[in-house]
Amino acid sequence: RFKCGLSGPVLDVLRCRPGWQQARNEEEWDFLWCDVTWLRENFDHVYLEEHVRICHFRNHYELSRKNYLVKNLKRFRKQLEREAGKLEAARCDFFPKTFELPSEYHLFVEEFRKKPGTTWIMKPVGRSQGKGIFLFRKLKDIFDWKMVSMTVCSLERGNCLFVFPQDGGRTNEQKDETQIETYVVQRYIENPYLIGGRKFDLRVYILVTSYSPLKAWLYRDGFARFSSMRFTLNSIDDHYVHLTNVAVQKTAPDYDPEKGCKWMIQQLRQYLTAKHGTGLVEVLFADMDNIFIKSLQSVQKVIISDKRCFELYGYDILIDQDLKPWLLEVNASPSLAASSQEDYELKCHLLEDTLHVVDMEGRWAKMLSTLSRFLLLCEGVHMFSLLGKRLEGAKLYSC
Amino acid sequence: MKNTGKNQSELSLSASLQRITILSQLLHSGHDFIMSEEHEISLHNPEIKLESLKEDIKDFLKTSGWEKKLQNAVYSELNVFPSPCHPAAPPEHMKEPLAYMRKAQGSWEKRILKSLNSMCTELSIPLAQKRPASEQKELLNKWNEMGTDEPDLSLFRPVYAPKDFLEVLMNLRNPNYENGEQPSFRNHLGLIQVPLKVKDIPELKEDFSELDLNIGQLGIDDSAQVPPEFFENEHVRIGQKVLAEQDSAAAQQYVRQGCPTALRADLWALILNISNQPEDILYYEQLKSNVIQHDLLVDSLIYKDVKLTASNDDYYFVFEDYLYQVLLCFSRDTSVLEHFAYSSATPPKSYIQGKLGIEEYAVFYPPNGVIPFHGFSMYVAPLCFLYHEPSKLYQIFREMYVRFFFRLHSISSHPSGIVSLCLLFETLLQTHLPQLFYHLREIGAQPLRISFKWMVRAFSGYLATDQLLLLWDRILGYNSLEILAVLAAAVFAFRAVNLMEVTSLAAAEAVLADLSTLKVMPLLQIFLFATVT
Repeated sequence: RFKCGLSGPVLDVLRCRPGWQQARNEEEWDFLWCDVTWLRENFDHVYLEEHVRICHFRNHYELSRKNYLVKNLKRFRKQLEREAGKLEAARCDFFPKTFELPSEYHLFVEEFRKKPGTTWIMKPVGRSQGKGIFLFRKLKDIFDWKMVSMTVCSLERGNCLFVFPQDGGRTNEQKDETQIETYVVQRYIENPYLIGGRKFDLRVYILVTSYSPLKAWLYRDGFARFSSMRFTLNSIDDHYVHLTNVAVQKTAPDYDPEKGCKWMIQQLRQYLTAKHGTGLVEVLFADMDNIFIKSLQSVQKVIISDKRCFELYGYDILIDQDLKPWLLEVNASPSLAASSQEDYELKCHLLEDTLHVVDMEGRWAKMLSTLSRFLLLCEGVHMFSLLGKRLEGAKLYSC
Repeated sequence: MKNTGKNQSELSLSASLQRITILSQLLHSGHDFIMSEEHEISLHNPEIKLESLKEDIKDFLKTSGWEKKLQNAVYSELNVFPSPCHPAAPPEHMKEPLAYMRKAQGSWEKRILKSLNSMCTELSIPLAQKRPASEQKELLNKWNEMGTDEPDLSLFRPVYAPKDFLEVLMNLRNPNYENGEQPSFRNHLGLIQVPLKVKDIPELKEDFSELDLNIGQLGIDDSAQVPPEFFENEHVRIGQKVLAEQDSAAAQQYVRQGCPTALRADLWALILNISNQPEDILYYEQLKSNVIQHDLLVDSLIYKDVKLTASNDDYYFVFEDYLYQVLLCFSRDTSVLEHFAYSSATPPKSYIQGKLGIEEYAVFYPPNGVIPFHGFSMYVAPLCFLYHEPSKLYQIFREMYVRFFFRLHSISSHPSGIVSLCLLFETLLQTHLPQLFYHLREIGAQPLRISFKWMVRAFSGYLATDQLLLLWDRILGYNSLEILAVLAAAVFAFRAVNLMEVTSLAAAEAVLADLSTLKVMPLLQIFLFATVT
């Protein structure tokens, strides 16, 4: 019996699954697909039996909120450096320089002044779909930028007056804090890899079925999202040039829903191989695997482990012109709405396969990599190759 | 490797060799060689004789790689030019030996030109005009992002679409051939009713012997389930060796088993003999400046076509800008006129205003003689996956066009011409899937009506890109387009069960609407080598 808080592909897939029934309103359920709000409000109060499955971890925000992710990564990196040396720690350098505002404002300004003229991007931590993001090159731009309603708050730090916008859709957690919304400011990647003059980012789905031991699955059918305009650094105000989320692109003037703006990852891989050769492309994909694993490891100890929880994350990766992948963010509630017929099918397959892997029916244990499009990424300390074979000698450092 | 008639053809090619610019390059570098220090020293050697000079030059050719380049150039000319015919044959026969075909092509061309001219008069736009300086500057600035332009193209229509062309082909008849019988199973039931010779499966099996079941193929033996040691690794190694040797003929043989993705761009360039020399880049830049200076009516047709087809494609939309850069230059490239010597088509002529009919004032319009039709830009789009430098992309496309693509929209009796391909397709289907053929015919869904558009576009835009490139590997490898007809038949064979159940043309089209999941090589292999005949 399942209960589902969302409509669209999720509901359709759940309904179609043989032997699964939608639970009626007050009835008990065995499987829940909920949104994070429900989780926050009810998880601590509801008694959950051993066998149920729920689609989020209690404190998933350690990975999905930008400021916590940065914090965890920085901490993990330090630990790794202490225990395994600089070389291994350097493998964590897939996150562009980031500072939390307002708490790390001074550190930010110091870094900012080191390289004047670089572009930075400001992102609100609690929001998604590209809302509230802007780019700037001068410190004064932070002050010039205005939102609909403002809350003025003066901080007693070096005579600096900060104007922070009021967040209309504040979450429960933020109500406990003061009226300041937290932001992260990140060095903007000015040399993204372009295809046909356009910028794109990658959306890869990672399914985590347990954190201790760490068991993660990589979905084969990730995709690249293209911005509909040619890339230029001249117009940093133009959201359509820089932000590739489908939500933003949907409002672009020449957005054509038939067009799709998406390439499957295999397509991208083919294109890059034809251009750069197999060697470099394999390194690129290995680096991406490294991103997934290290980011999960960094929150491994922090996430409240619960055998009943699993989570499907949407990773946003950007590739720069040197074929280096950068982690932009991790979504704990990746959009499961469908933008087209093809997209609907993609999301349905994703969800079906997720359900296979989570395997409530206990049927598929041995056959998962042939049955679904998920590839086992890591289990415990072992990494797996694309063919499902355990990579000997490739042990993960655990901290 | 078939080496038929190479020696005979070499003699008749001596004239065309003179046209090869490579010779002038050779002469220059040969001059440098003679002037080089080593040779100066040996020239002063009193023992040097004329005989050793000849040997020295031969050695020079070998060591500097010029021998290879000359070989490649000769080989590529052999591929393109038809075998020599009787010395008394008039030049039209090199274009097209059958008179009725020539006539049909001529009237088709008249129709297209009429349509173009009437559009021109209707919209009162001149066929060509010089751009004002400000517009020139603007275009130059926007050269890399012409796709951002949104000109009003609503009044333009494509000059013709593949289905118009199919209507013409259906009405082709050989006036000397009288077939008094009613159509029945003893003769041909398809749409094409001309008695051209096409191959049957045993002949195709022989021609395409490298596609046999027991020979490794990319597209089959490189899938995830097959360990790479079986075939893939060795194949890649051989490919790298072929590239190192820079041998066109070897490359052409090699690609019959498919190209590894990382090597494909270089292998195709080797087969097509494109090396992107400074002269080539300069030539492209000249074409670019022609585009900037003059505006042609066909430019709008090109814009419209790109916007309608490639820009709406899920995978090719990214390359929109490249398509303009290639196609606009292509329409101004007069070197393309050379291919009309062996094509059944003739470039349309236009007259300077007021001088109609006076030959001195005739110009070819468009300058390259090729009027684009609906879907033309799809010939270029897949190449954007391989080539990113505009002048190289341009040259590859031009060479592909003058070797292969032109045959897909001109009426000729050539075995790779579209008429033969259609007939081959229909014959294969009727012979090996008679029940299916009859059923489709009965419900008014003649198979050619569905497969025609696939073949005219060489399947571009219908197959997934990686599959398309594997198919085009074989086109290059076998120097023939017949594989398009075989694939079309194989697709029908694959979906035969569903097709037997449909009861209308629309339903049949729906079954065959989406080819993007098809794997080309297994289909071809099964159809040619694993079907009981």
